[in-house]
Formats: sequence, C-alpha cells, structure tokens
Amino acid sequence: MKRKTVYLDNAATTKTSKTAIEAMTPYFDTVYGNPSSLHSAGQDAAEALADARERIAKLFGAEAREITFTSGGSEADNQAIVSAAKLGEKKGKKHIISTAIEHHAVLHTLNRLEREGFEVTLLPVDGEGLVTPGQVGDAIREDTCLVTVMYANNEIGTVEPIREIGEVCRAAGVPFHTDAVQAAGHLRIDVAEQNIDLLSISAHKFHGPKGVGALYARKGFRLTNIIEGGAQERGKRAGTENVPAIMGMAAALEEACARMDENAKKLTAMRDRLIDELSRIPHSVLNGDAKKRLPGNVNFCFEGIEGESLLLLLDDRGICASSGSACTSGSLDPSHVLLAIGRPHEIAHGSLRLSLSEENTDEEIEYTAGAVREVVEYLRNMSPVWRDLVAGKKEFITK
Amino acid sequence: MALYSEKVMDHFRNPRNVGVIEDADGIGEVGNAKCGDIMKIYLKIENDIIADVKFETFGCGSAIASSSMATELIKGKPVSEALTLTNKAVAEALDGLPAHKLHCSVLAEEAIRKALQDYYDKNGIEYDRSLFPDCEDCEHCDIG
Repeated sequence: MKRKTVYLDNAATTKTSKTAIEAMTPYFDTVYGNPSSLHSAGQDAAEALADARERIAKLFGAEAREITFTSGGSEADNQAIVSAAKLGEKKGKKHIISTAIEHHAVLHTLNRLEREGFEVTLLPVDGEGLVTPGQVGDAIREDTCLVTVMYANNEIGTVEPIREIGEVCRAAGVPFHTDAVQAAGHLRIDVAEQNIDLLSISAHKFHGPKGVGALYARKGFRLTNIIEGGAQERGKRAGTENVPAIMGMAAALEEACARMDENAKKLTAMRDRLIDELSRIPHSVLNGDAKKRLPGNVNFCFEGIEGESLLLLLDDRGICASSGSACTSGSLDPSHVLLAIGRPHEIAHGSLRLSLSEENTDEEIEYTAGAVREVVEYLRNMSPVWRDLVAGKKEFITK
Repeated sequence: MALYSEKVMDHFRNPRNVGVIEDADGIGEVGNAKCGDIMKIYLKIENDIIADVKFETFGCGSAIASSSMATELIKGKPVSEALTLTNKAVAEALDGLPAHKLHCSVLAEEAIRKALQDYYDKNGIEYDRSLFPDCEDCEHCDIG
C-alpha cells in the first residue's frame, strides 16, 4: 500500500542535511574532548565551539558572547522568559505581554509565572493570525517586564511584524523576546535592525540535528539559569556542550542563510500552487495569512471531516503531514491557534498542515493535492456531519 | 503507524458496514462535532434479530474502527444480545485501543444503545429506562 515517502512535515522537524552531518562527524571521534578541559584535546573542542558561536552570531548580526547554546527551542524560550521575569521582579515589574498563538514552550512557561504571581496579557490575533504593533503598544504598562511574540507561527505560518513590535518595545524600554524557531534559516533575522533583545532558535527546523538550539540575549541582559551545575556557557547554562550538534547547527544555519532567497522562491511557488489546488476543494479554508506567511507552510480546514483520520489515510499514501485536531493532540480541544483565529471547534478538528522543504518537488505537490482531494471526499462520504451539511440540516461554516 | 493495532488499522482502512439504511427501524446518533466525533448507527430489525446495520462516523481513526467493529459484533445477533455489547468488548475485539482513545469504543456502545432505544420507542416496546442513560451524562464531550 505504501508508496515512496512524501515528507511534508518540515515544521515538525527536517531531515538533517549532509552538510550538517559532515560538520558533526569529526566531533564524535576525532575532536571529542570536553571544551572545559585544559588539555589540548579539550581546547581543540573549545576552539570549535567558539568558532560555531561566532558564525551563528554573525548570521543574526549579533556578537558571539550574546549566544547561549541550549538543548533546543523550548529551553531557549523558557530561559528567555524566566530571565526577563526575574529581572522584572527585582524592579517590582510583574506584567508580561504575549499572544494567544504562541508555542506551548512560551504559553506553559507564562502559565507557571502566573501561578507565581505574574500577570500575563495574551493579545488576541486577527482572523489571519496577526497581532499589530499598536496592540502591543496599548498593552504595555509601567510594570511590563517583557513582551514575547513569535516571529512566525508553527501551525498556520503567519509571520508577525517583528521589527515594528520591537520598535514599540524599544521606545517603551521593555525587553522584547521572539520565538524564532520557525523563522531561523527561512526568514531574515537581524537583531539590531529588528530591535530584538532575546531570540530563540532550534537547529532541527533548518536541517540541523535535533536536541540543540540557541538563545540570543542582548549584551547586558542578565540570564537566569534553568539548568544549574558547571560553569559552561559563561555560567548561564550548565552541562557539557553538545559539541557535535552545535557544529551541525552552525553549518546548517550557514547553509540555510546562504540559500535563503533561492529556497524561499522555490518554496513559495510550490506553496502557492498547493494552496491554489486545495482551495478548489469545496468547503475548505486556508488558515493563516496568504502573503505574510512562511514560505513552506500550507494549512487548511476541511469541513465535515476529522484531521486524524485524514492524516492516517494520507500516511497510507506515503504522505507525512500534521493536524491540529484534538485527536492528534491527545486532548479534547483542537489547536489553540485555530481557535484563536476564530475557527469553530467543528472545523478546527478538520485541519491539515503541510510544511514543505526545498527538497520537495512539483510532482510531489501535484500528487499530494490529488491525494488530499480523494481522502477528503472519501471521509466526507462516511461523515454524518457532512450528510447533514449537504442535506441543509446544518449550515456550512466555510464557503 | 504504531499508535494502533493491526486490527484497528484494518477496520479503519476497510470499514465494514459504512452507509445509511433509508428505512431503518432504529437510528442512534451520539457525540458532538465540537469534540471531534459523531457516530450514527442505523438498524434494520427483523424478528428481533439485527438483520442489517450501517454506520456513519465523523472522527479519528479509532472512532471509525470502533464503529466498524461494533457493527460487526451485533450484525445477525438478537436484539437482547446487541443490548449487552460493551465498549470493552469493542476495544478487545480491536486488540485494544490507546488509553486516550477508549472513549471511541464508549461512543460505539452508546450509539448502538441509542439506536435500539429508538427502535423500542418507535415500536411501542416496553423497556427498562435505566438501561439507557442520557448521552448528556457522559463526560466525554465535557469541554465547556
């Protein structure tokens, strides 16, 4: 039954590139010293680490000492937010501003701070998933210690006006963090030009290895440890550095940034073609902004069907995708992002995310569009909800 | 995918008894589109035997597989036996369901009960109402 794999879940994770693997290999069995060791084997590793830090910093217009290596995007998000909260608390500032569509690494950290006495304002987004700099400006108070707004949304792909939001924060003297996990390597990042104080990235979203990421923190911004122990990362993140993974991340990010325009052009063309094809399915709706969108993100709701069964049948056809339905999340509620952009529960359960990489081909896009069309039709034909909609017993929510 | 047993995947990929019975003797619909699954069971009953059964389901893989298995388990059986079908029996016949999917087998049991109740009501047959709790009593759709 299985055909060749069409991998369209690059927002979940990407294939590690050959470049990254080659960059990592020597650091397993040749330069394997501990960067904290004084001997030459250790110092060789420390040198490599310093080089990777320098190269990553450069790609964001930052300085090497502003980069802290972490276990990934979630840890970087946690550390950025907790650090800003601790700094705020010292000055009696215990108010944080964020949005309703952040990743759970941000939302759950904010929940914890709320339980510890912080006040959190989650800004609503519009139907496309956008938050405005004006909304942020209006929400900033005397006691605001952090604004955290994601660069691009992991589910619906909407790209937020980061530079403008950063400008508002800078003018008000409030630190600005952005979760750039989906953006790094895909969209341009310049921390100075975009007024960013804190930024999180994760290597495996841009063809680097899993389990490694980084936190950029503007110099002078005091980080709080999430992990206590040794003096690695200027004492701000204990634990022997994952040197091979960090080398892989640096190589992957350099490659992604060097090919950014070329990749974006190719991806955008495939993305728009897929969006165009799927829009032809009756009673379907695109989630997220059509233009202010990650180059590889396609996300639709199909009325009358449920997302998990759609995923399983696409998997039977070799297509790896993702959904925001409750059944795929293990909870009863569908994706908080789809609910935040105003999709009713009924259709949020029928969502499908296809996230492309530059390795996908036009043939795969064509094949996928056809497969989705067939599977949606098949599932609708056994759906009592669809029967009621067609019979006019219920009203369609989508066109 | 290893999430489900082979049996579940078989009933999901090749669901038995999908469809509608136009002149059904009993129809039962349970669930809520809001929580992501609805099951509808159609029964044709002749001489107290489930002569035919069809289902329509809006839901995840295990919801479709549970509906399919439940219809197979009651097809050709006396009404009294169909009434005793439990969600456990459905889940076991499917070689088990993941813990967070067990409610799908509960829905299947409830849909069949509801269809049987509808059959009793339509035909003026006396029955013990305590055997048929209201769907609202189930907490599965309790999402506020």
